[in-house]
Amino acid sequence: MLKKLTEEIGISGNEKKVRDIIKQEISSYCTSVTVDRLGNLIAYKKGTDATISKKLMLSAHMDEVGLMVTNITDSGFIKFKSVGGIDPRILLSKSVFVGEKKMPGIIGIKAIHLQKPAERKNAVKMADMYIDIGAKSKEEAQQKVSLGDAIGFNSRYTYFGNNFIKAKALDDRVGCAILIEMLKNTYLFDLYACFTVQEEVGLRGSKVCAYNIAPDMALVLEGTTCSDVPGVKEHLHATTMGEGPAISIMDRASYSDKTLSRLLYTLAKDNDIKVQYKRTTFGGNDAGEIHTSREGVPTAVISVPCRYIHSPVSVMQLEDYKNCEKLVQMFLVYVENNPKLWESWNNREEV
Amino acid sequence: MKLLKELTTCYGPSGNETHIRELIIKNIKEHVDEIQVDVLGNLIARKKGTGKKMMFAAHMDEIGLIVTYIDEKGFIRFSNIGGVSPQRSLYQRVMFENGITGIISYEQKHEDMQKLKLDHLYIDIGAKNKEEAERFVKIGDAACFKGEFICQMNRVISKALDNRIGCYLLIEAIKQIKDHTLDLYFVFTVQEEIGLRGAKTSAFTVYPDYAIAVDVTLTGDTPNAPTMAIEIGKGPAIKIKDAMVITHPIVRKMLEDTAKKHCIPYQYEVLEKGGTDVGAVHITKGGVPSGAISIPTRYVHSTGEVVDMQDVENSIKLITKIIS
Repeated sequence: MLKKLTEEIGISGNEKKVRDIIKQEISSYCTSVTVDRLGNLIAYKKGTDATISKKLMLSAHMDEVGLMVTNITDSGFIKFKSVGGIDPRILLSKSVFVGEKKMPGIIGIKAIHLQKPAERKNAVKMADMYIDIGAKSKEEAQQKVSLGDAIGFNSRYTYFGNNFIKAKALDDRVGCAILIEMLKNTYLFDLYACFTVQEEVGLRGSKVCAYNIAPDMALVLEGTTCSDVPGVKEHLHATTMGEGPAISIMDRASYSDKTLSRLLYTLAKDNDIKVQYKRTTFGGNDAGEIHTSREGVPTAVISVPCRYIHSPVSVMQLEDYKNCEKLVQMFLVYVENNPKLWESWNNREEV
Repeated sequence: MKLLKELTTCYGPSGNETHIRELIIKNIKEHVDEIQVDVLGNLIARKKGTGKKMMFAAHMDEIGLIVTYIDEKGFIRFSNIGGVSPQRSLYQRVMFENGITGIISYEQKHEDMQKLKLDHLYIDIGAKNKEEAERFVKIGDAACFKGEFICQMNRVISKALDNRIGCYLLIEAIKQIKDHTLDLYFVFTVQEEIGLRGAKTSAFTVYPDYAIAVDVTLTGDTPNAPTMAIEIGKGPAIKIKDAMVITHPIVRKMLEDTAKKHCIPYQYEVLEKGGTDVGAVHITKGGVPSGAISIPTRYVHSTGEVVDMQDVENSIKLITKIIS
């Protein structure tokens, strides 16, 4: 499933193909599957205990970072801009797919001996790159590609080394894949599994999703940055590969609910599942919009550590992914067995 | 003055407002009709009235630090909670929730102090090694800065006047207000310093007809300061705009008319960068006419912020007169 999900392209705002895969996969397990106005896919699973009128929202975003066609040159080359945060230096010589019809293309730049000394010294700018789709003229290119077409990386899902996986878009197809697994079980409470759109361009899908659902609690599943690589001091390692799923405490968009993040950490520790706290406050994810939705929603985040995130060659360790899945499952069972958890926020109401 | 001292010295970095919230509750509970604490931790106090709903917002959180890593020797690395300057942090004392104090130093081989980043700094709590440090401080623990509270020449020097001075104003107003028809909501918000988050959810809950934030503002009255027409001691500032809100004409007029009628001195605040709670409140649901009263404060986000007590007295007067 993860292979299928990561190999499909779903740049922010163009998530249909990914959504269709997920929809097909989950429709038989759910009470209802709906697509809202922005394109969020909301899978609802009615709780088996009608006396519990509480809603748990699980959320993972379907979209991935990519590029967009902004111009076609007279000689038939494609100029582009990024959709979401991409380091331009990783783009050169990469193979991409352009538009719905997935026209193959290559990101190019003029040869080194044609570059001026100043150009050689500085990192190549996105504005100086182009995509070669093998068209001979502007007219020919225009028949294959339109302005505004989304561009995704061409990257296969590959096993390598000691249970490592290389793929594009692990951020956040790992979350999507785990959500799909969770939908296969039934729960006492109402479960809303949300596959959101446009996270990479500003948490937009989750904003309307959370508003519409008005959940009583939320858990966000993510692929997050892992910087345990040469040249980075240990105190700057955001997460460490192989040390289990990372629980967020705080980032630029949210401050996780302390009860929930502590619960997730101790649940893992008590059950001998590797776990770590995320050790940077940079970045942000759907929790940002969810936890400040309406009157506020207790929200936590679990992430699978991914090296080289936002590139065609993100890398994760299978064990981290499996541990993440286990921990989410364990959390859902815990919520079932501890109905008091739902009340722990309401108790504060009358002081 | 005792209350103000208690408020400013209390621990409460964004997301960790339990202690400051309890302190505020203790001081207002006798004087309000309802108290509610919401999911994010906002304290919403109500003085019932039959008229329109008016919300006052003062954030109770302060800037601080959050632990990201503890090394083998027990030195603590951290990230910022809110706007923390690396240069201003150097050699400052910080306090964790459990009372443990640390001192901030930096990797001393670092030469270009202009390029000093938080990544180069660490907290020393005097631990001999990682194990000892971890007995007192864990990853994810937050600390606030320490700064002695001093009052001289009718001016207060302290940490966290941003925005415990706002909390103080609202507490005093709550105590003083007797007759009012407006339905009053005094909201002590959380997580303002990291993105006006408490204001966003509490405004959704209350959905007032008018909202006024009470917070600090910068000044232009110190040597070689950036140009800004605000001085401490010249009265509360009526916010015209900041980076997140333009005061609604109705609210601006309400503030101006009240100040004029009761001979309260005031200044106008045009803040180029930054914002306060009403930035989130005024775009809640279908919109809320909003404005702000700002207390001129020197050296905001340092351990020695300075306000003039006469401005504070005049601000209390302005708030109470608007309501009655």
